[in-house]
Amino acid sequence: MSKEAPIDRAAVLHVAKLARLTVSDAEADALTRDMQSILAYVKKLDELDVAKVPATSHAVHLETLLRPDEPRPCMPLEKVIANSPERIGDGFGVPKIIE
Amino acid sequence: MSNDIEFEPVIGLEVHAQLSTKTKLFCGCSTAFGAPPNTNVCEVCTGMPGVLPVLNAQAVELAVRAGLGLHCTVHERSQWSRKNYFYPDLPKGYQISQYDKPICTGGKLDIEVDGQTMTVGITRIHMEEDAGKNVHDDLVAGARSYVDFNRSSVPLIEIVSEPDIRSSAQAAAYMKAMRQLLRYLGVCDGNMEEGSLRCDANVSVRPKGTEKFGTRAEIKNINSFRFVQQAIDYEIERQSELIRAGGKVVQETRLWDSQAKSTRSMRSKEEAHDYRYFPEPDLPDLVLRDGFVAEVGKRLPELPSDKLTRYTSKLGLSPYDAKILTEDAEVAAFFDAALATHKNTKSIANWVINEVLRELKGNSVESLKFKGDAIGELVKLIDDSTISGKIAKDVLVELMAHGGSPRAIVDSKGWVQVTDTGAIEPIVDQVLAANAESVEKYKAGKTNVIGFLVGLVMKESKGKANPAMVNELLKKKMGG
Repeated sequence: MSKEAPIDRAAVLHVAKLARLTVSDAEADALTRDMQSILAYVKKLDELDVAKVPATSHAVHLETLLRPDEPRPCMPLEKVIANSPERIGDGFGVPKIIE
Repeated sequence: MSNDIEFEPVIGLEVHAQLSTKTKLFCGCSTAFGAPPNTNVCEVCTGMPGVLPVLNAQAVELAVRAGLGLHCTVHERSQWSRKNYFYPDLPKGYQISQYDKPICTGGKLDIEVDGQTMTVGITRIHMEEDAGKNVHDDLVAGARSYVDFNRSSVPLIEIVSEPDIRSSAQAAAYMKAMRQLLRYLGVCDGNMEEGSLRCDANVSVRPKGTEKFGTRAEIKNINSFRFVQQAIDYEIERQSELIRAGGKVVQETRLWDSQAKSTRSMRSKEEAHDYRYFPEPDLPDLVLRDGFVAEVGKRLPELPSDKLTRYTSKLGLSPYDAKILTEDAEVAAFFDAALATHKNTKSIANWVINEVLRELKGNSVESLKFKGDAIGELVKLIDDSTISGKIAKDVLVELMAHGGSPRAIVDSKGWVQVTDTGAIEPIVDQVLAANAESVEKYKAGKTNVIGFLVGLVMKESKGKANPAMVNELLKKKMGG
């Protein structure tokens, strides 16, 4: 979100839609207010000169961990499918989506 | 806009290549193709709560190899990002990908179109995991679909080209050159039917002679060289017609329908372009250890273009022969192995191109029951006069059927060439006696008739006589 466009109601509704969340009118108003105030708080950082500070991607420094390319046993099919809300054949049932 | 306006297409390709690893990008599940649904899956690649991804070292090596092969800058530090969208084949609700800090940027690939070489710029290469597969099988699922997660989290690289391509033929040539390179590098098996290599095409048109790019459409789901060409041709025509009729191209994702031979809008992707990328919290930045890129560089095999140059300038092969031999990494390796056994470049090239490749009828050299060294051995047997060229063809038939060593085949079949004058002479006499007319012609100065007589002796000896010796004997006996 750029400095010029603080979050508004439309942005809240857009993000809610992308996240497949249903928000009521009252919730949308409350979320807009909350988010605006959170962003306004974080905006204080704009007062600092961070031109020479690299962007932080992780709060904790971790080394790159690599795993050798060796196959390991997978989960048994029955256990995998047990997590499916609807079993179809040996797969996870979903609504039909044809492009 | 007037009707006779000519348009020029501007095309960029995004190639998705499956890295040739044994296991997935973030877990130890097998990547083997064709397993029964949901048998190559675990907690990680189905996105169960609480699991953590652990990066596959070999996938990193292969991505670096691709970057070096495409003359990119390989970054010591790159970053994983979450690409968020909802789709049934995406179990976590996001794909782990790379976004603003990809592993490689800024490369190039040389391609050849109609005898002209041109360079296509590579914008970037990033690593990512594949999604699962939605299966629409009415017999099993009726009005619903089911998801098979075997492909979920299989390692991919996406190679994004600059918008340097100006025709569908160039696009197809780019795909072919890319497939060839990735196969040479051992980065990707290039199997388009199995989905190991596929591409999306960004296509726009602009009036010829203008600079500004038109609005582009992204065509998805292209998985053959033929489809690249057809889909792009269709899209160029569609956009040109639209503009001529006074319409406007809208930026959208379109799907290539290979049955209908047309592209159509994918509504579901309309707002999905808002992916809300952010750094992947579960994976630290990918930092390549000191010297790693240089090490991978040392392990890099000879690239197709270098091989082509070596074959023509060092080995003295014709550009045509060199091109056939280098087209496929396996064929080139086969030829190199033959040449390592016996150094007769021209003859071995002829045997590989004219005999082996012809017999293969488009199948892979890997399907052969013998390796390149057998062809080296075979040509050596001809060169040291152990067998004639004709017998060598019989040996090849044996090799194709049963494999084995040419020397052993020749020995066991008793095909060693007869160089004993005493054994050849009676056949020569017999042939001369039966062909008095030809002998007369020869004596009258029509010396080329000797070829016919040599042929008869060779046939009579079942190909085992030494042709040079037969030639000699015939000349002597006819007083030549």
